[in-house]
Amino acid sequence: MKQPKIIVVGGGLAGLMATIRVAESGVPVELFSIVPVKRSHSVCAQGGINAAKNQKGEGDSIAKHFDDTIFGGDFLANQTLVGRMCEAAPGIIDLLDRMGVMFNRTPEGLLDYRRFGGTLYHRTAFAGATTGQQLLYALDEQVRRHESEGRVKKYEGWTFLSAVIDDGGVCRGICSMNLHSMEVQTFVADAVIFCTGGIGAIFGRSTNSVVCTGSAQSALFQQGVDYANGEFIQVHPTAIPGEDKLRLMSESARGEGGRVWVPKTPGDKRAARSIPEAERFYFLEEWYPKYGNLVPRDIATRAIHRIVYEEKLGIDGQAAVYLDVTHIPVETLNHKLEGILEIYEKFIGVDPRKEPMKVFPAMHYTMGGMWVNAEDQGTNIPGIYAAGECEYQYHGANRLGANSLVSCIFGGGIAGPAAVKYAKSLTTGAAAAPSMVFERERQRQEEMNQALLSGTGGENPITIWKELGEIMTEHVTVTRINKNLELAYGKIGELTQRYKKINLSDRTKWSNQTLNFARELGNMLVLARVVTMGAYQRNESRGAHYKPEFPERDDYNFLKTTRAKWLNGDIQLTYETVDTSHIAPRARRYDAAK
Amino acid sequence: MAEAAAGKKVIVKVKRQATPKEAAHWEEFALNWRPSMNVIICLRDIAENPVTSDGKPTTPITYDSNCLEEICGSCAMLINGRARMACSALVDSLEQPIRIEPLTKFPVVRDLSVDRQFMFESLKRVKAWIPIDGTYDLGEGPRMSPEVQEKGYPLSNCITCGNCLEVCPQVNDHNGFMGAAIFSQVRLFNMHPTGKMHAAERLKAAMGHGGIEDCANAQNCVKACPKGIPLTESLAEVNREAWRQALFGWLVG
Repeated sequence: MKQPKIIVVGGGLAGLMATIRVAESGVPVELFSIVPVKRSHSVCAQGGINAAKNQKGEGDSIAKHFDDTIFGGDFLANQTLVGRMCEAAPGIIDLLDRMGVMFNRTPEGLLDYRRFGGTLYHRTAFAGATTGQQLLYALDEQVRRHESEGRVKKYEGWTFLSAVIDDGGVCRGICSMNLHSMEVQTFVADAVIFCTGGIGAIFGRSTNSVVCTGSAQSALFQQGVDYANGEFIQVHPTAIPGEDKLRLMSESARGEGGRVWVPKTPGDKRAARSIPEAERFYFLEEWYPKYGNLVPRDIATRAIHRIVYEEKLGIDGQAAVYLDVTHIPVETLNHKLEGILEIYEKFIGVDPRKEPMKVFPAMHYTMGGMWVNAEDQGTNIPGIYAAGECEYQYHGANRLGANSLVSCIFGGGIAGPAAVKYAKSLTTGAAAAPSMVFERERQRQEEMNQALLSGTGGENPITIWKELGEIMTEHVTVTRINKNLELAYGKIGELTQRYKKINLSDRTKWSNQTLNFARELGNMLVLARVVTMGAYQRNESRGAHYKPEFPERDDYNFLKTTRAKWLNGDIQLTYETVDTSHIAPRARRYDAAK
Repeated sequence: MAEAAAGKKVIVKVKRQATPKEAAHWEEFALNWRPSMNVIICLRDIAENPVTSDGKPTTPITYDSNCLEEICGSCAMLINGRARMACSALVDSLEQPIRIEPLTKFPVVRDLSVDRQFMFESLKRVKAWIPIDGTYDLGEGPRMSPEVQEKGYPLSNCITCGNCLEVCPQVNDHNGFMGAAIFSQVRLFNMHPTGKMHAAERLKAAMGHGGIEDCANAQNCVKACPKGIPLTESLAEVNREAWRQALFGWLVG
């Protein structure tokens, strides 16, 4: 066939890496993003990126990185590709270094490495405490170079609405909406790579950015792309509560020696600094002597919940614990953590170099996502690929800190060439697909817009969204109880009914953010059902999924990938065997050496 | 908390503009005060209940935002006349009524949303990247002293928000001045061990129409930068290097 064309949707780390790899292969690529790609959510990643370079002579190895990742994910991740990712990680760091990332350096001019959760080794390369921003910029710059040389065409300010799928069930392109003109248009592509990030908005407030709604993956799910392990949601132990956002306080604060504590006396009203050492409860260090403050996130989060809700030891009776870096020299803090300390200072008005920070867990990362095969990031629909946080592949039941950046770049790096290979193998490309296939999809999407714009009910999308967030955060995050999950599922159903009576306060046809948000909300409601149903049916505790009624991991019944399918408006869950061919499952404990 | 907050209002005035062609007008809103409110929360309150303070229904306000922690660069706007990020503009630190306007140096899309594509085009013009041979495995990157990293890292924190262009008297319709952020990126890439090899190309691009020679040293940029980037240092250094190249470049070929 003639020259194929590839579309990438999403311009965070995974999307940019996929774009670069496609451009390098000489195939034209169009990159779609809601925001200018330099403003993607990857900029919020703080702490660093893992690679077993053993730069500190501790005996770290790729095998140990692999084992930490599988063990940290409570054995739910398919192992073969995770192993390949760990092998590739040192090369990924080299590549980023060549691209000019301003990683912190040792006196010898080599990259410096810090410790992170769920490992005993210094394995995390970092650029201050804004590593995600620095990596995203490096890839953004490379894409800009390809763009200026004509290999990449960007569509920034476009939102993905749906895939164009022909009668043979093959993806032939996408349908997208321009967020200025609100025009709905279809685009031909032989293969499409989705890199659309996490689903934080379903939980109302989270550490995620505004664009992280999961709308694209939900739309695809409703077109037949399966969704896997939806119930696995990471709640990060340390974030600053806020009405608009829960702002992350990176694990790197603990990697650099930060300590988590509460006063031993309930309701102690003294200022943090005037509480003597002996009257402080460093509960993570006490409960997990080997890993201390660097236990994985699910463990630290549950410990904080236990301290606050069971032991009633939250600071001054509130839902908060101290994250303390005041004992670390100010020069070290400024050199290695300045980015996050500035966030605390700006938004709370207190200098964390002098006063311990008040933090609480927050929804942070989506381990589940679009189902992809174990070879090349392909979904179950020919021509649709997925990489980065929007797919389910690398982190199992719990992601280790600093593994997300590496999985985004690795996954994007695989998906790009795989999409090119697939596109080149097609005997009839997308350009030959009947125009009717495109036109009917465009019409379907236009009609959905029209229905929303002409709705006359009494419902406001923001109100529905806030209620959804409250339900999901209360019942479907840290502690999951079946009767509450049933209740939550029922309430999502009620919200879905109310959604049909939406009345948009903006019916204009120019830069109408209300319409776009209403579209996203419809998709959020579907994905919320997938997450809740997955949690309900998984009667065990594994990684981030914790059910007090079923406190143990149950490998016999649930060492399985949850695979959700959409059947004409109904969600059906099936369970697939997990690839455990490299590391045999064993009990996951962090209170002693593993 | 609820008791203390009862009745307390936040008065916000927003400059509205429905399309790039229509004339702008102001609308005022009275919102319920809560602790730790920022300007983003104000805009979300209006979206949930778009009614002006005199009871007139209106549309939600269009604005750019994403990370809400001052690292994506989206939500730059004029707040009480000052170019800054809306997410970190805390209501309790602002004089009321809070006046919110779009940046003036960029085309308005709608309401507070502006088009900053000019900055991304400028980054292309000055070749703000390291020209790597490819993404295949070519081994480690060049060694770099901690001193160079400590100089470079703050420069690479630029979020392309546009505040430094907004406050610069030289950024206007007439001269096409690219703005401090762009020259600071030239400095960043020219100090990198690999980027240095192509310094001449970037310096050349930094000269000419809209180039470094248009900087009139007003020094507003450095004060407006939300990331504390030493922009005036960058301007001075790029200016020096550009002139050195223009004057003596022929000597070194």
